[in-house]
Formats: sequence, C-alpha cells, structure tokens
Amino acid sequence: MKKKTIFTMNSIYRDDFRITGYEFGSGEKSACIVGSTRGNEVQQVYICSQLVKHLKKLEAAGCIKKGKSILIIPTANHFSMNIGKRFWVSDNTDINRMFPGYNLGETTQRIAAGLFEKIQHYEYGIQFTSNYLSGVYIPHVRMMETGYETPELAMKFGLPYTVLRKPRPYDTTTLNYNWQIWETRAFSIYACETDYVENMTAEMCIEAVLRFLKETDLIDCETSDVPFPPKQISESQLVSVKASKAGILKRKVRIYDYVREGEVIAEVIDPYEGEVLEKIKSGVSGNVFFYNDNPLITANTIVFRIVPE
Amino acid sequence: MILKVASVDLPVDEELSIVKNRIQPDKLTGKEKRMSIVTGIHGDELEGQYVCYELVRRLEEDKSNLKGIVDVYPAINPLGIDTIQRGIPGFDLDMNRIFPGSKDGSMAEYFASKTVEDIKGSNLAMDIHASNIFLQEIPQIRINEISKDTLLPFARRANIDFIWVHSAATVLESTLAYSLNSVGTPTLVVEMGVGMRITKSYCDQLTDGIFVLLKDLGIWTGDVIEPKKSIESTDGSVHFLNAASSGIFVPEADHWMNVKIGEHIGDIVEPLTGKILQKIFSPCNGVIFTLREYPVVYEGSLVGRILERS
Ligand SMILES: [Zn+2]
Repeated sequence: MKKKTIFTMNSIYRDDFRITGYEFGSGEKSACIVGSTRGNEVQQVYICSQLVKHLKKLEAAGCIKKGKSILIIPTANHFSMNIGKRFWVSDNTDINRMFPGYNLGETTQRIAAGLFEKIQHYEYGIQFTSNYLSGVYIPHVRMMETGYETPELAMKFGLPYTVLRKPRPYDTTTLNYNWQIWETRAFSIYACETDYVENMTAEMCIEAVLRFLKETDLIDCETSDVPFPPKQISESQLVSVKASKAGILKRKVRIYDYVREGEVIAEVIDPYEGEVLEKIKSGVSGNVFFYNDNPLITANTIVFRIVPE
Repeated sequence: MILKVASVDLPVDEELSIVKNRIQPDKLTGKEKRMSIVTGIHGDELEGQYVCYELVRRLEEDKSNLKGIVDVYPAINPLGIDTIQRGIPGFDLDMNRIFPGSKDGSMAEYFASKTVEDIKGSNLAMDIHASNIFLQEIPQIRINEISKDTLLPFARRANIDFIWVHSAATVLESTLAYSLNSVGTPTLVVEMGVGMRITKSYCDQLTDGIFVLLKDLGIWTGDVIEPKKSIESTDGSVHFLNAASSGIFVPEADHWMNVKIGEHIGDIVEPLTGKILQKIFSPCNGVIFTLREYPVVYEGSLVGRILERS
C-alpha cells in the first residue's frame, strides 16, 4: 500500500487541506474508488476506510492481480466534515458540481481539477455519493445515460438494483458524468444512509465493491453469493408517492417492504391537534425503494419511491 | 394588486407563498403590453429589493402615465431572504439551477415551474441579481451568446454600465432566464452591487433604465432619462484574477477604475506574519468591473475581473 497526497492547498487559519489516496498493487490504472465529496457523507467515508483495511490485507496476502492498481480516496472534503457542513467551507459550493474542474479557476474548481487529474484514465471509477433528496435508499448503483454507460457491468456489484437516469443540465458537472465522458466506466453507489454509519448496509456496499473487483479480475478474495439477482430499472419507472398535506409524518413501512396498491403506508398528523390529516396510500404494488426520513413534511413532498412489481 | 403566484403549506402552521404586485391602468383595453421584474432567486442578493420598492413607488405616484402592465416579483426564494441564505433552506440545489422546474416535483421545482408559467408571455422580463457576498459588481447585464440578437437591443437601453455577452454552458440551461428566453419571453439578467447590501446609487440607476424600457415598450408615457451608453464585452476580452494563495485580500485599486498593464490591484497578506503573500497586478489595460469585497480568500478565490480596453 502506498499512502499518497493527491492534492494540497494551504489555509491561513487551519491545517493544510489535503486529499489523501491509498494505492494498492501497481501497473495499469484499473479501479479508482472515491468516497465523500461532501462533509456530511459519513457512511461513504466509513465504507472507504473499511475497503482500505480489506485491501491492505489482500495485498499482504498477494491477492491483488499482477499489473493492476487500485486507488481509494476516502474523502475529497474532510475540511467540511470537520465543521459539520455539507458543502465547501467558505463559499458553500459543491465539489461534486465542479468537474472536470479548472486549475486556474475558483477554489472548488481547483480542488475538482486537482482530484480529477489523478483519478482520470482509470478503467473503472466508483463513487460513493448521496442525493439531494435526503432520505434512506435501498443500496443501489446509479448510472447516467451518457451513451457510454455500461449497465451490464454494474450488475457485477450484486447490489439489488441498478438505476439508470437521463442526465439533466446540472448533472454535467458531476464526477460520474465526467468520468464517463473521459472513458472511465463510472458507477455511483448510494449506500442507504448518509449522515451516520449504518453497519448492515455499509457491509453490503463493502462486499459489493470487493465482488466487483473480483468479477473484473483485479483481486482474489472470498465473497458471498448474491441473495437475489440484481435488477436494472430506469429512474422513470420508480413511482413517487407524495404527501398532499403538511404536518408530522408517521411512516408505516421501511425500505425493501412490499406494499400493495391502495395500502396506507404513512399518515400526516396535525402538529397541533394530533388528528390524522391524510392517510397516504401507495399508488402501485411493489417494494419501497426510498423514503423521506424527515419527520416534518411540507405539502406536496415526495415521501416514498416504489419499484413497481 | 397583490397576487399569489404559488403557495405551499409548511409542516407547522405556515403557508409559504411567492407573491407579485401587478400594477396596471384602472381601465384595460386588453391590448396592454407587460413587463415583469423578478428578483430574490438568491436569498443573499438584496439590491433588487430596493429596485422593486422604488419602481412600484414611482409607478403608483404617477399612474396616469401607465399604459400597460408591470408585474413585480420581489422574492422568488422568500425563505432564503428571510433566513439570510443564498439557497432554499433544506434544499441542496441552487434555485437558479432547477428551472423550468416541474409541477410534480419538490417544493422548489414546483415554485420554479409556477414562476416560469406566470412570467411567460411578458413582452420583456428582467431578473435582478446582486453578485454574492464575496464580489462587488458594477451594474451589468449578462447575455448568453445564443440570445444576443434578441436581447442586445433591450440591454443597450437599460442604463447600465456594462453588457457581458458570455459563451453558452450546459449548466446555465437551468436558469430562469434561459427557460424564459427559450419559450420566447425575452429576459435580461442584471448583476450589480454586492450580496447582503443595498447600493442605492446602482438601484436608482437601474430603476431609471427600467423606465426607459417601459417607455420603449409603450407601457409608460412619463418622462425618462437618456440611458447611458454601456461598455460591451465584445469590445475586448475579460481577464480573471484569482488568488494564488490563501490569505486576506486588501485592495489597492478602486472598483470600476481604469487600470494600466502592470498596475497594482491589491495584495494578499498574512496577518500572523505580517508578510505579503501575493502582489496582484493588472494583466492588461482595462477597467475593473468586478472587485472582491469579502477579504478572506482561499487559493483560487476570485479577486477581480478586468475588461481589456485599449
Ligand atoms: Zn444571483
């Protein structure tokens, strides 16, 4: 293992800003794994730290394939993590909306450029990230349809779902999009939680990455069988269930749960008088893919997303 | 006439609304033209608040000269303004990156779509921004090069100092102005002043310009000023000055000042050691149209923009 400094920048009031990477094996740039780019992506940095620990052991046991190198960057934004902020410490910009970056531009453009220079040209790029809809997801792989996407490869992670989505204008500056445009096969992994560590889903994601590295012939290791075959869906197939009233949200189901069409899956409660203002029913039968974890709900907000049967 | 453009119930005992003031003649013929003035998409940009106040005040004071409709939208992101935040509290994306929005989307996307729907069909719209808390801007209009043929004639009448025609970028396709321009409602984007402040002289200058446009459109028949001739970015290239080091930026030059190549713009200093970390000089002859206001910089922070002029 080689611990490397990928990027540094000085600060006059704090320690230097450093992006740290861990390189395993040597030779061809085979796989690069990036953890959090935002300060609240705690589950994401945890997963990467565990992957570093696993690969350290595998490397010592001679299990990294000859001529292949794997780079892991647990976080590209520990400055925000240390102060409990999601976006960049001073100007509040999002590093994951600055790619491919610009080394003569603004601070976060420079960070993105410095990072991208070192993580470009890998065959596979895996990013642990989070969505602007805050809530809990079934762990899944997400790919943007850029014309370069490879959903069949995404199945090798063995996570329950691979979700394809059409990029919107604001997606064109994400790491995933730019990796793809520059010919890296890119995968974003949504690891259920964001702001705190959830062991079971973290284990699932760690296992998924090891499985992928094994299936693509980069490492030798034991991995468990996939309990049920992964499914590929497009984001437009997910059915949103919204609350039409505002108030306190009481959920009755969790991710993975099977719900029937017409079933009451949550209630909106009047925050002053305690009465049920609305019984929220699922519009389809299927499995709960996402739920909004905010206990207070604004009217017309998405509460669930369901994968129809 | 105060009208509700969109509203949504917040969790506890509060309705959040985007409102507008429609100012129109008492008797309508049905053939009136309409201009829409929009601001407050970014909650930390407040210059537009004074422009709205002054515009409405002047219109109401002399309503006999009003022959068309003026719609004034002071706060597209009311929660942001109220809570001193640029964005929408609890929502990750910049509100000016989600247009044209969607009726079935989140609160932000819903508000975006209702805003576009409401302004659509105006003969002219103006979206007033005020930079951010870091940079001071002279009154300027920014135009995406794909709509320059439609917008330049309007921009030249707006009594602003500078017109910046910039190249197209995919991310900018989700701005309010892009959405409106692409449905045939000509929309000017104004940037002026600095975040969290009111620069009264700029606001008065722009308000005068809005009256010129209103008169051109036949909405206003009162007296207006002769608009000043703007400098246009096509006259020369724009140079960006970024900090080479983190530190404290201390300007030496003034905003909107002519500079010669090699002239001292300012320094980045370190309070702890008393050292100058970087001396910043002008890379060209030109005029400083953007100057950093907020002193703390990180490596890369923009400290100024200069339009090259001979
Ligand atoms: Zn703005």
